[in-house]
Order: sequence, then C-alpha cells, then structure tokens
Amino acid sequence: MNVAVAVPDLKQEAFVPASEAGPAPKRIVVAYGFWVFLLSDIVMFSALFAAYAILARATAGGPTGAQLFNQVNVAIQTGCLLISSYTCGLMSLAIDKRRHAATYFGALATFVFGAAFLGLELREFASMIAQGATPQRSAFLSAYFALVGCHGLHVTAGLIWLAVMMAQVAVKDFRPNVQRRLLCFALFWHALDIIWVGLFTVVYLMGVAP
Amino acid sequence: MNLLGKLTWDAIPFDQPIVMGASGGVILGIVSVLAFVTLKGYWPYLWNEWLTSVDHKRIGVMYLVLAMLMLLRGFADAIMMRSQQAVAAGGAQGYLPPEHFDQIFSAHGTIMIFFVAMPLVIGLMNFAVPLQLGIRDVAFPTLNSVSLWLTASGILLTNVSLVIGEFAKTGWVAYPPLSELQFSPGVGVDYYLWSLQISGIGTLLTGINFVTTILKTRAPGMGYMRMPVFCWTALASNLMIVAVFPILTATFAMLLLDRYLGFHFFSVDAGGNAMMYVNLFWMWGHPEVYILVLPAFGVFSEVSATFSGKPLFGYRSMVAATMAICVLSLLVWLHHFFTMGASASVNAVFGIASMIIAVPTGVKIFNWLFTMYGGRVRFAVPVLWTIGFMVTFVLGGLTGVLLALPPVDWQVHNSMFLIAHFHHVIIPGVVFGAFAGYVYWFPKAFGFKLDEGWGRRAFWCWFIGFHLAFMPLYVVGLMGMTRRLQHYDVLSWQPWLLIAMAGAVVVLAGIVCQILQLVVSIRAREELRDATGDPWNGRTLEWSTASPPPAWNFAVLPRVAERDAYWAAKKRAPAKKGQPSRAREYEPIEVPKNTPTGFVTAFFAVVTGFALIWHIWWMAAFGVFGAFVTLLVFAFRDADEFEIPAETLAQFDRAHQTEVAL
Repeated sequence: MNVAVAVPDLKQEAFVPASEAGPAPKRIVVAYGFWVFLLSDIVMFSALFAAYAILARATAGGPTGAQLFNQVNVAIQTGCLLISSYTCGLMSLAIDKRRHAATYFGALATFVFGAAFLGLELREFASMIAQGATPQRSAFLSAYFALVGCHGLHVTAGLIWLAVMMAQVAVKDFRPNVQRRLLCFALFWHALDIIWVGLFTVVYLMGVAP
Repeated sequence: MNLLGKLTWDAIPFDQPIVMGASGGVILGIVSVLAFVTLKGYWPYLWNEWLTSVDHKRIGVMYLVLAMLMLLRGFADAIMMRSQQAVAAGGAQGYLPPEHFDQIFSAHGTIMIFFVAMPLVIGLMNFAVPLQLGIRDVAFPTLNSVSLWLTASGILLTNVSLVIGEFAKTGWVAYPPLSELQFSPGVGVDYYLWSLQISGIGTLLTGINFVTTILKTRAPGMGYMRMPVFCWTALASNLMIVAVFPILTATFAMLLLDRYLGFHFFSVDAGGNAMMYVNLFWMWGHPEVYILVLPAFGVFSEVSATFSGKPLFGYRSMVAATMAICVLSLLVWLHHFFTMGASASVNAVFGIASMIIAVPTGVKIFNWLFTMYGGRVRFAVPVLWTIGFMVTFVLGGLTGVLLALPPVDWQVHNSMFLIAHFHHVIIPGVVFGAFAGYVYWFPKAFGFKLDEGWGRRAFWCWFIGFHLAFMPLYVVGLMGMTRRLQHYDVLSWQPWLLIAMAGAVVVLAGIVCQILQLVVSIRAREELRDATGDPWNGRTLEWSTASPPPAWNFAVLPRVAERDAYWAAKKRAPAKKGQPSRAREYEPIEVPKNTPTGFVTAFFAVVTGFALIWHIWWMAAFGVFGAFVTLLVFAFRDADEFEIPAETLAQFDRAHQTEVAL
C-alpha cells in the first residue's frame, strides 16, 4: 500500500516540484554558482593533467620522475593539506555557531598548514632547479612544473582569500554575504584537496612506477 | 633595464600607408565620439546609466553594440582579403604584402569568432533570458558587468595591435610550432593570446552566471518543460562554455609559458608535442561552434512560433535535440585534423560521430518547418532571416557531412572548400540568427520597432551577397586552391574570385542597409512606437512587461502554469486584456546597485595585458595590484542593494496597464 493512498485528504497543491518552486534562496544560488566555477576549474586542471600524461615520458634525455621525486616530502605535503582541510571544516562549524574565537583559530590553523604545504612545495621546486631539472630542460618537466605549479598558485590564492575573509569577519562580523563567501572558500579549499589527490596519484605515485 | 620593455617608436608602422590610414581613421572616429559626448555633456548619463550598469538588459545592449562595431572591423578585413585575391593572380602581387595579408586573415578570424559572434549571442542571451524566465536579473549582476568589460578589454587590446606593433600572422588558430617564439618572435601572437585570455575569462564568468540563473532562479512554476526554447538553447550553450573555455585557457597558458619562459609544451625540441595544441584547441573549438549556433537556433524557434501564431512543433524533441547536440559536440574535435595521421579506426569514429550530429540538427529543421506548416505566417523581417537560414544552412550542413568523411577530407583539407563550408554554416546559423533576434527584440529593448523596408533590403543583400561570395569558393576549393593565399599563379581561379569579390560588395550593401535601418528607425521612432509591450503578439513572458522594461522587469514575479505562459494568459482573459486578472499585491524589492567594479577591473586588465605583451614588468605588477584592490573595495562595500518601494512599482504598473488598454 502506498503512502499517498493511506492519507486520502492530502492536497495536490502541496506537492510543488523543486523545479517549479521559484528562485532559490541567495545562499543556494551563490553556492551553486561557485560549484559551477569549481567544475570549470577542474576542467582546466584536466587539460593540464592530459598534457602531463602525454609528456610524462618525454624527458629528452633529462631526469625522470623516479629520479627526482622525494616520496617523504610529498607525504608530508599531503598530510599538511589534508589537515588544513580538516581545520577548514572545523572553521565552518564555528562559523555556523557564530563563534569568533573558534573561527579565527580554525582559519589560523588552516592558513599555517596551507602555508607549510606551499613551503615544502617551493623547497622541492628549488632543489629540483638546483639539480638542473628546470622546466626548460624537457617537455616532461615543463608539464610537471605547470601542473603542480598551477595547484600551488591556487593554494596561494586560497591563503590570500582566507586572510581577506578574516579581515571581513573582523570588520563586518558574520553578515550574510560574509558567511556566503566563507562557504565558497570552504568549497574551494576542499576542491584543492580533490585535485591534489589526483595529482599525487598521477604525478608522484605513477611517476615513480617502473 | 628598459623601463618600457620591448616598446619603442619602431612599434608604430609609419612606413605602411594602409595601416596608418586605417589607424588614423579609427583614432579620429574615437576622438570625435569622445568629443561629441563631452560637448553634449552626456558623460554623467553614460557613466551612471550604462557603463556602470549591472542591469542585464543594458549589458545585453552593450554587448550587441560591441559586436556590431567589431563586425565592421572584421568585415573590413574580409573585403580586403577578397579584393587582394581578386587581383593577385598570375604574376601580380596585389596591394597587400604577405606580412600584412597574414595579419588580416588572422585578425579576421579572431575578431569574427571571439568579438562578433560571441558578443552577439551573449548579448541576446543577456537581454532575453531573464525576461523569458520571468525574473528580475541574472544570478550575479555585478559579475555580469565584469564579464562584459573583460570582453571589451580583449577587443580593445586586439585593436591596439593595429596601431602599436602587429597582430598574429599565424591564422586565427595560432598553431605551434609557427606560433612559438622561435618562428614568431614579434608581439603579434602575444596580442592574440592575451586578448583572448582576458576576454575568455569574461566568457567563462558569463557561462557560470547563466547556468546558475537558468537552473536556480526561474520564476515560480517555470518547470524545465515550461522554459522557452531560447532558454534551453542558452542553457546548453552556457554549459558548453563552462565545459570547454577552461581548456582554451589552459592551452593558451601553456603556449604563453612556452613563449615567455622557454617551456617545451609544443616546441619542436626537448620532447614538445605540437599536435597536442591542435587537439586541445579543437576540444574547445568544436563545441565553440555549437556555443554560437545553439542560441541562434533558439531565436529561430521563438521567431517561427511567434510569427506562425502556433506553439512550437515538437517542443520536447527540440529540447532533446538541443541537449543531444550539446553532448555530441564534445566528441567530434578530431575531424578538424583527420590529416594528423591517427589510425583509420580513430578517424572513422570521429567521422561517424560528426555525421550523427546531423540527426538532431535535422530534427530541428523539421520542427521549424512543421511549426510554420498550417500556421498563419507573417513574413516580417525576423521570419525572412529564419527562412533564409533554413534554406542556406541545410546546404552548408550537407557540405559538412561531406567533410566528415575522412577520405574526402584528405582531399579538401585546408582548401577554400573548407572556408566555403564553415562560412556557409556560421553566417546563416549564427549571424542570420543574431540579426533575427536583433529585429525581434529591438522593440522590447527600446519601445519602437525597426523600419521594415530597410530590414527587407538588408536581408536580401545579405542573402544574395552571401551566396555570391561563398559558392565560388567551393569551386576554387575543388580546383585545388588552398586557404590563406596572398597570391596565386592559376589564372582559371580568378573569375571565381572576382565573383566572390562582387558578393562581398553586395554584403557590404546589406550592412549599409542595416545602418540606414537604424538611423531611419530612430528618426521615425514616434511612428514606430509600440505602447503595448507586445508588438508581435508574442508567446513568452518578455512580452508581458512594458517596452523598454523597467529596471526590475516585473513588478510582481509572474506565476507560470504552462508553456508559452504569456500566450496562455492572453487566451485566458481576452476580454480583460490590459486589466490585471487579480488585484496585485506589490512588495518592495531589492535591486543591485550600479557599480564601476567591472569597468575598473577591465581597465586594469588592459593595463596588465598591454604590459605583458610588451614585457613592461613593473606595469604588469601595477595592473594586477590594481585589479586586486578593486576586488577588495568591492568586497568591503557596505550597501550593495537598494530598495524600490512598493508604491513606485504600483505606479509604473498601473501606467503600463493603462497604456495597454488604450
């Protein structure tokens, strides 16, 4: 027996399909638009991934990934980024509860771990360049620096964004538009994790496979 | 270190009279417009009402103005190419030296695709989609303004290349290794890349904005199967923008890294792979064709239903065909280079996929025909463009099916046959569609119709001129003429190229008719005035509000209960036409404030782009910093909306209802 039959006097008009409900609330619209942006960003990364996959063996007699990549360094980097994602989640919870101190603390932790990730990445780049493994050396290294560097640029942008948002919380408190922007920031930060997982697999794990 | 990078007085081509003459003309034109605006004291109006506007209708109109101006520029390039090829036969060299001719065909393609066709369709979508959906604006109005002005930045940079430096000589696709620094050391390719990167970001933001608008902010009751077909095609088009413009951005970024920092993505040495560029470029480039043509199909659907006085035939199949094209278009990019040398099986897969696209397109053609069949068709100007499109496009599509056969493609690859084919689909498909939309929605935008007589003359000149200009190109293509020839030895091609030249002149007459149509209509605007807001007996919601619509579009958001919502409303209450069917309750509404954010961001984008092109690093840093500060100022502003009181809405609404009743 189905539920609609069991409740005979339920009115038909009560069931307005979601597609006919009219304009969505602003929070939904903003988050949805930002999701669409994130998808487009992932498409951009996919083009860089494709280029890397094609050029990964084009080392032109130069160093290969197996010779260059330092697994320990990358593992620590991954740890930093994942922890920063966790603290970003804690920050989101604090924002929902409108707790200032917890928000600042979550943001600070996110910032510190994000910056640590970036520092380790730059150190890796510097050591590779010092060995002569520059992006100009081979097509493989061009694709490597572009793909990993593009992710690094995104992390940098995220850190600047986070700093600006904390200034906004300090000056404007948890206004609806500040909250929406913080929601978008959280989406962005988690999306960078997803891209890093793909990058970690394709570049660093498959790169050292024989 | 040089403070101005690579920029010196040598960058201005004083020795080329044609370029200097054209630049002089453009500069004179700009200065006289600026002087006119200043003398008349129009600046406050222009700044407050237009340049800083976040109203989707005004942004749409500004996109169309940009597109029409750039159509003139792109057409000037076209007529120079036609005249050069008409005379440069046998031993003759014509009047354009090779390095100038190469810039002309590159600029023609770039401008026509990115700065004419794109602004035309994006302008129409901006104007019509929110009105058709029964809402007050797009999801992100300020972002919309940023999109517009970033597009304008790209346009400006491309045109600066006319005066300072040079444009790319690589063709509009800029294939490496030719476009690498080694073979194109000048700034031409850099102008191309930075113009398109900047305007490409604008286009991507438009895509995000419209996908969100259409999926999340429709009027109450406007379910998916009640959306006007133009909104469906706009949705498909913007989904494709989101899916493929990032690929173009990434591809151009790789080429820029090659050119600026010596990377090896597409270089001939160190393992670079030039064919990767070609693949990535067309992964964007083929869907781009459908990004342009689907909204035009939407216009044809609206026009054929409205002017036949019938609902669109096969609405559901039209929606299905649109979405099928949206998906299939992503799977056929390789047919642009069957000659790459992929295996026969790969070529066969892409050849068959390309031919399959003809199926949903055929469905659409039959739907339009059956919509007109048995209807009372009014042969107004938009209908002329629609019928002209159908007749022409079917043939152009057929030559496309020919080109989708790999063995045939090997014979005519990069020949004038190909040139004839893609003009044969893009001009009737996109340009005729945009002109139909322009005539159709003009009275909605400005409150008066465009002159009918000059509209007909424009159509016939375009229609006849188009066939004269492009049919001969099929012939010379089959005779073996390749594209982009500055001169040629085969004298038997020349008669055909002379006919093509004559065709270009007839098209020019069509453009002159359109300019006259606009001038004549503005002068006779009182006779052409439309007080009802519904001059064509329309079917969709945009015709239910006043012309021009108020900033808030609808005083009360319409409730939609069926497809062709306004038509149904008119049928329900014919006697009470002009009277609101029920007492309306007005509520105050929030409208986003105008902001110069878009304009200022675009200013800094131009500064940054110009600086990067000429390697003026301090200026590039300044530009990026300026754009960042602009963003901060925007983010920290306190009030971003203002309230329109219910009384204002009620007054406007009553005045409009009275006018309709009269």
